[in-house]
Amino acid sequence: MTSATLTPGAALGSQRVSENVRYYEDAVRLFVIAAVFWGVVGFLAGVFIALQLAFPALNLGLEWTSFGRLRPVHTSAVIFAFGGNVLFATSLYSVQRTSRQFLFGGEGLAKFVFWNYNIFIVLAALSYVLGYTQGKEYAEPEWILDLYLTVIWVLYAIQFVGTVMTRKESHIYVANWFFMAFILTVAILHIGNNVNVPVSLTGMKSYPFVSGVQSAMVQWWYGHNAVGFFLTAGFLGIMYYFVPKRAERPVYSYRLSIVHFWTLIFLYIWAGPHHLHYTALPDWAQTLGMTFSVMLWMPSWGGMINGIMTLSGAWDKLRTDPVLRFLVTSVAFYGMSTFEGPLMSVKPVNALSHYTDWTVGHVHSGALGWVAFISFGAIYYLVPVLWKRSQLYSLRLVSYHFWTATIGIVLYITAMWVSGIMQGLMWRAYDNLGFLQYSFVETVAAMHPFYVIRAMGGVLFLAGALIMVYNLWRTAKGDVRIEKPYASAPHKAAVGAA
Amino acid sequence: MDLDSITVALRSFWTVWLALLFTGIVVYAMWPGNRGKFEDASRIPLKEDGQEF
Ligand code: HEM
Ligand code: HEM
Repeated sequence: MTSATLTPGAALGSQRVSENVRYYEDAVRLFVIAAVFWGVVGFLAGVFIALQLAFPALNLGLEWTSFGRLRPVHTSAVIFAFGGNVLFATSLYSVQRTSRQFLFGGEGLAKFVFWNYNIFIVLAALSYVLGYTQGKEYAEPEWILDLYLTVIWVLYAIQFVGTVMTRKESHIYVANWFFMAFILTVAILHIGNNVNVPVSLTGMKSYPFVSGVQSAMVQWWYGHNAVGFFLTAGFLGIMYYFVPKRAERPVYSYRLSIVHFWTLIFLYIWAGPHHLHYTALPDWAQTLGMTFSVMLWMPSWGGMINGIMTLSGAWDKLRTDPVLRFLVTSVAFYGMSTFEGPLMSVKPVNALSHYTDWTVGHVHSGALGWVAFISFGAIYYLVPVLWKRSQLYSLRLVSYHFWTATIGIVLYITAMWVSGIMQGLMWRAYDNLGFLQYSFVETVAAMHPFYVIRAMGGVLFLAGALIMVYNLWRTAKGDVRIEKPYASAPHKAAVGAA
Repeated sequence: MDLDSITVALRSFWTVWLALLFTGIVVYAMWPGNRGKFEDASRIPLKEDGQEF
């Protein structure tokens, strides 16, 4: 005890003390490390499958490295491994501070969730490569892994909600509402979409309990709300904590944030059928999905305005703080993809866009521009705080990362727009005798250059992430790069004079 | 009319109930008397972060 009193810093490890509240940060640090690691792995897998589409020889003639098996490795690595670890890190970090309370269940529970979640990820990826899959997009892991994930998720839910319930702050801050909606909905979706009957208790294979069009509807109820609550609500939780924090000003309108939250909750659940336009799904259900998707545009832009306007009166920070630039640009991309989404959900537009690269472009403007960018911003914010450094190794490198990744995204999504619309138009072109004008393989050949451009965009995005890894590594070591500092406006004149 | 048929009848108007619930939430969020409370809430993340030892 005496030594602890003498050197409390050493004894407390990574815990912070405020009004006698100790914040647990060891597990948060592990989640940040894992997020960065899986980010690089997932982007690399993305670049590789992008190259496979352009150069099929890269399938290597092996079943384990074929596009069909590596594609879910990519989607799971970026969404669940990268995105998931980012969400764990940011939610468990911010819930303690906004509740003024340490983690319910303590550091031990958080670490337990950390190790098991990441073991789950590895097992899932291995199972895809070996050929085990439920064949449901974003829900590929087989039943035994589904059960494992359910246990982990419930423990995480107990930890998060427990912290909120034992809070010392009277009000539940809006970010925590978004995180709780994300945790609860993902639990329901995961269970609802994985009601499967195993063929045998010792084998991996299982079949869904419902079949036919019902099965498709359940899958896209899951798929769409995974986008809505995993890739959107969770990351909006990040926005509502980290944008105000980094900008050092409260959110533009707290009342708008309440309306934003409840509108999303009431509308999102009904939009799933837009993934099943012109299928065996009844027409009324398709129209319902379309209507709710179009309505979703309003709360989405409400949220975007709330995030961006948080900077009003401090716009110069965008110039002087590249971390904030990541955060704010991500919100702009959120606005862009939530404008494109409702447009694509309108049935005649979807008749053109469905099955084409336009969808893939839409996905990545959301995934790269919104999800990954807000994650980068939050990670750049967190690493100096968690490793107790006064600043990042280099803000200039953050800026290089920002521009490299932005150019990467622009290449990616413009290539996909062009190739997607071209593909859609070629499929529906008739000659004057009423025959289809193009064979399928001609459309594939026409897309080749755009696949190459997309892969180049991916390489830039990956390169940016590697710059980030280097920067974070040096930050954790405690180094500071000697570079021209970003001057805030009043200083600038003085620097110029000197 | 027994309880069962009343619940069934009420349930068929679920969109109306949800819309009313939602309107209630919006009114609550915009209620002038709640302004101060929400302004306090918006400053929660900006309060002291906890000091380091
Ligand atoms: C270096 C960056 C990336 C590259 C090069 C890349 C590349 C690809 C490619 C080639 C596909 C397959 C498209 C097809 O089947 O035609 C794909 C699918 C997908 N990727 Fe990425 N990706 C990247 C980053 C990300 C990130 C960060 C996320 C999410 C946070 C993401 C989420 C997805 C999803 C959800 C799909 C499935 C799309 C669908 O089924 O419509 N990707 N990606
Ligand atoms: C108002 C918001 C949004 C609406 C109404 C919307 C609508 C749509 C529509 C209509 C599709 C195409 C379905 C098809 O033809 O198969 C789609 C696909 C998709 N969107 Fe969105 N979107 C929205 C926002 C977002 C955001 C913010 C993200 C990412 C973070 C996202 C990720 C995806 C993904 C991953 C798919 C591909 C699903 C698949 O594998 O086929 N969406 N969305």
